[in-house]
Amino acid sequence: MLFRSKQKAMAEAMAANLSMAAVEGRSPWADARERFLRNKAAVVSLILLVLVVLACVFGPMLLPHSYEDTDWDAMAMAPTWHNLHLFGTDDLGRDLLVRTLIGGRISLMVGLLATIASVTIGIVWGATAGFLGGKVDTVMMRIVDMMYAVPYLLIAILMVTLLGREFYLVVLTITVFSWMDMARVVRGQTLSVKSKEFVEAARAIGVSTGSIIFRHVVPNLLGIVVIYTTVTVPGVILTESVLSFLGLGVQEPMTSWGVLIEDGTGVMETTPWMLLFPAAMLSLTLYCANYIGDGMRDALDPKDR
Amino acid sequence: MSDKKLILSVRDVKVHFKVKGGNDWPWTPKKTLKAVDGVSFDLYEGETLGVVGESGCGKSTLARSILNLIPATAGEIVWMGRDLRQGTEKDWLAVRRDIQMIFQDPLASLNPRMTIAQIIGEPLRVHRPELSSDEVMKRVRAMMVKVGLREQMINRYPHEFSGGQCQRIGIARALILEPKLIICDEPVSALDVSIQAQIINLLKELQREMGLALIFIAHDLAVVKHISDRILVMYLGREMELAEKHALYDLPSHPYTRALLSAIPIPDPKLERSKQIQILQGDLPSPINPPSGCVFRTRCPLAEAQCAGERPALRRLSADTQSSCLLA
Repeated sequence: MLFRSKQKAMAEAMAANLSMAAVEGRSPWADARERFLRNKAAVVSLILLVLVVLACVFGPMLLPHSYEDTDWDAMAMAPTWHNLHLFGTDDLGRDLLVRTLIGGRISLMVGLLATIASVTIGIVWGATAGFLGGKVDTVMMRIVDMMYAVPYLLIAILMVTLLGREFYLVVLTITVFSWMDMARVVRGQTLSVKSKEFVEAARAIGVSTGSIIFRHVVPNLLGIVVIYTTVTVPGVILTESVLSFLGLGVQEPMTSWGVLIEDGTGVMETTPWMLLFPAAMLSLTLYCANYIGDGMRDALDPKDR
Repeated sequence: MSDKKLILSVRDVKVHFKVKGGNDWPWTPKKTLKAVDGVSFDLYEGETLGVVGESGCGKSTLARSILNLIPATAGEIVWMGRDLRQGTEKDWLAVRRDIQMIFQDPLASLNPRMTIAQIIGEPLRVHRPELSSDEVMKRVRAMMVKVGLREQMINRYPHEFSGGQCQRIGIARALILEPKLIICDEPVSALDVSIQAQIINLLKELQREMGLALIFIAHDLAVVKHISDRILVMYLGREMELAEKHALYDLPSHPYTRALLSAIPIPDPKLERSKQIQILQGDLPSPINPPSGCVFRTRCPLAEAQCAGERPALRRLSADTQSSCLLA
């Protein structure tokens, strides 16, 4: 009897609690995070990518070899426990594991920097064109169209020939030719957000143009920007590899995944590990980035709501 | 009407757009689309003016021109004795405190990335920056209760609400500054019928409580009849008839109004079956190239030769009715 009344009191207290407390709303971001975490492929990819990044950043410090020193006892050695050459060595006796990780640093760095730069340019360009509309929009978007028509390899070869093989040049070249997608996407999204009723409602209230941009338009662009950023990263890394593969990337003894793959292809019949390991790392990274991008799109796509 | 205070007076307002055909050369002269072409009406304190007309007749454009969301190209919009069209952006800001708007699509008119508290509180943050955030929250909660939302929902996001609840949020946002006039742009046409009644009754209740004037745009005549004091009938950007509610429904003077009224379903199967619906022939003419004279003459069952001549202005037929039909 006593137990039952206690139970009843508890139930009442709980009911009172439920009706009194302000229910914490779930923001669209919280919803998106939950959807992303439910996507197994994306979560596994995220973990793998984090591991790859950690390995590239800290791996070379923990391993006993340097990326440029020759191990005279182990030339073109297959993967072995001897001297801890886990990925083997190249034909100059340099440890391939360390070189792959160092190359990963460069590739990921290029990927990161070029993505940040191109995303920034793309957002500013696209948002400006979308907001201002009219003639400004037409001119700015025709410039984007023209950029698409420029053969980027030709320009890249020209730039490297004239200015030399430098890390920043690689980033610059990639940036110059990868911001257009983002600009187009952001412009489209800006146009659609601009014409939404809530923007009109804000204008009717009397919200200033600046506040409309920062409080109403930009937050509604972010979803699509995040999605396109995750899609841009693998594209940029791949472009870096293409440039390096053609000998337009960083200079020896510094290396990148593209350079390693290029070196590996030449000797793939005799020492296949020189191709396999860097290629595997690159593929792993690209797959991960693509799956994360997919997961982001599924999680953030407004149509899914 | 003379005992009530005149608050808004719209005189011969025109909203024209320059449009270009998709196939035109760049040097082809642009055509003019006359979305609103010379509309005049007065609005008194605490009164509801219904605006009806079929899709594309310029109802929403007229509403937006009053708030300068779409600037009017000609005419006068006099609010409390001041012509707004001469005003600067600063004058508009002051006016926006007194005139608010409720939109057609309840969900689309709320920013999906803001909580209800932020949405309803935004007008206060713009117009009353001196209020502390606690004070803003207090007012937001009070307003939520007033429009029939549970206070606990204050931190939720728009997508967590139903259409009717979203419209209540929109109403709360419009009311929080205690405006004198609310322009409702088809506030119920996106809602279920049972919810429509709730929202309209809420609006009527709030109107009585706060002494609001309403401009109520709709294409549902039954809804307009329920809420309005006077009704403005528009066709192709022009006024057809402006009349007191009872005069309009009992004795419509304009053939277009009669056609509209005959289309209202009667909730009695016997009467409904015996009713004669007057179906208008043809389509709405293009507002780029409207018919000469009376714009309605191409579809009017009574049209005569004189209708093609001069453009008829609104003229007073009785104390309650103004009509632009030459034959009335």
